[in-house]
Amino acid sequence: MRRLALGVAAVAVAAACAPDAPPARDDAAGADASSSRLFGFGSPASEDRIALWNIDVKPDGEGLPPGSGSVEDGRRLYEVQCVACHGATGTEGPNDRLVPAANWEQWPSGRTVGGYWPYATTLFDYVRRAMPQATPGSLSDDEVYAVSAYVLHLNGLLPADAVIDSASLAAVEMPARDRFVPDDRRGGPEVR
Amino acid sequence: MANRDTKANGGGERARFTRRGWLATAPGAAVAGLAMTRSDALWNQAQEASPAAAAAAGPGPPDPTKVPGRFVSEVGSRAPGEEPRRLVRSLALSSSSRTPIHELQGTITPADLHFERHHAGVPEIAAEDHELLVHGMVERPMVFRMADLKRYPQASRICFLECSGNGGGAYSRNRMPTEITAQQLDGLISTSEWTGVMLSTILREVGVRPGASWLLAEGGDAAVMARSVPLEKATDDAMLAYGQNGEAIRPEQGYPVRLLLPGWEGNAQVKWLRRIEVTDRPTMTRDETSRYTDPLIDGTARQFSFVMDAKSVITFPSYPYVLPERGWWEISGLAWTGRGRVTRVEVSTDGGRSWTPAQIEGPVLSKSTVRFRHLWRWDGRETLILSRATDETGYVQPTVQQLWEARGERTSYHQNHQRAWKIAADGTVTFGLGELV
Repeated sequence: MRRLALGVAAVAVAAACAPDAPPARDDAAGADASSSRLFGFGSPASEDRIALWNIDVKPDGEGLPPGSGSVEDGRRLYEVQCVACHGATGTEGPNDRLVPAANWEQWPSGRTVGGYWPYATTLFDYVRRAMPQATPGSLSDDEVYAVSAYVLHLNGLLPADAVIDSASLAAVEMPARDRFVPDDRRGGPEVR
Repeated sequence: MANRDTKANGGGERARFTRRGWLATAPGAAVAGLAMTRSDALWNQAQEASPAAAAAAGPGPPDPTKVPGRFVSEVGSRAPGEEPRRLVRSLALSSSSRTPIHELQGTITPADLHFERHHAGVPEIAAEDHELLVHGMVERPMVFRMADLKRYPQASRICFLECSGNGGGAYSRNRMPTEITAQQLDGLISTSEWTGVMLSTILREVGVRPGASWLLAEGGDAAVMARSVPLEKATDDAMLAYGQNGEAIRPEQGYPVRLLLPGWEGNAQVKWLRRIEVTDRPTMTRDETSRYTDPLIDGTARQFSFVMDAKSVITFPSYPYVLPERGWWEISGLAWTGRGRVTRVEVSTDGGRSWTPAQIEGPVLSKSTVRFRHLWRWDGRETLILSRATDETGYVQPTVQQLWEARGERTSYHQNHQRAWKIAADGTVTFGLGELV
């Protein structure tokens, strides 16, 4: 029985290595580009091509662009670009609340930038990719720094005279930083 | 199924099936650019005469056998009077529409009724212009056009897709609704056959570097919606889907290509997918920190709660149906689990005191919906009917009290607790969970 199983395995290996066998899902993940074990459909992506779309910011600040912005510049931008949806003090809505007016976990008035968001970098990332809602992507990097600084100031996390850049933004300690825990649901009889 | 057309309101008066209505949907031969034959001309004459003939109908229902039917057509349409609709509650850029689960049969959702959840509207993307960039911790950063993706080996699978906010309208102790349809409450669930290329195939092509453990998936919509996904899932059963129920994926579902993560919350299954960055940690985007996380009663917030736990929903009878008389009625609904297969669905017709196994209609597919049925002889007395699903891990769909105890009452997602419908003595059906809390 064991001999038979070994024989089957040997045949399978031989088939996978045959010159005209298609690439298989279990071929080495890091296979050489010249390897016949790849299909090769698609085009290489140049550094410029990657840079065009590579906009995300990691929680340690990786991906933050050069530039800076002040709370004061952010206030002026906020009053033009943001106030209609988020209110004069960031608590009024009608869209997402930015400053907590309730306990951290309460929807919607608690789950705000200052009450719930674990990383300040996420604020920059989100404003740059999706705000202002009607004209997304229209702010310069300096303007995104400034608006982010003002929202952090509204939350009491930056003084009124603050100017932020990539290093100081990533260094802002958010109040909810340590609340987040990985999902512990695993199926089975226990309800979590 | 005539006994299911017994709604108290909201479309109870079905449009009469008329020749004229049928004709209105039929493209003429001239439109199709086809030559008219003598029989075509006769058909046209007959059609012209038919409304009068129908009006002069004798005893019995309208008789369709006396007039030739309409021609073949290039694209079909629903029968006149059959008008299932998604429920649209607000016209906002970040909004949702819900599948009419109380009006559908079986398990597959017609593509044009698949629920929607967008964060900045539906982008207009031409397939020939679309590109998917895959980069980060890979040996060979690459750009794939749709023709490239479609040349890779294909895969198809049937699975459900559910927004993790589905059912959130029935979690607050003090705000339990009564006059709410299954569509309003739980319509953010749909089931489709998806076709595409396995993500593992593409990741093998680009060569994932040692040390990588996550990826960032990013959409081409105006929110540039982005979510982090563990590489373990990406190389397990994740798919880049460009087909839905046999045709190209609909714009509302991510045309021309979306990420499909069977069994996981809808938000992570990024639509209009245009970038994948392989990383060694999550990016902590807005939608995986400030949203789609679950503040618990102990002061922590559960993050990356991807899997949709087992759930079932009775879709008939449900509000606003009315049972016009006592006797045999078939209770029917949908059950699903993101952890594999549904192994059991039970129904209670006495408010949860006793439970009876329902019939599960196969095939029972992993991470897909099943239709369950239970024949019930209603004695005409007021009662509550419930269902609960069990999955292959032994997880039993909990009561709302069990979720409150485990999580507290402030969570906004993953509210998969048992639902209840109240049958009043006069046959009216309302949402009945409030009677049990």
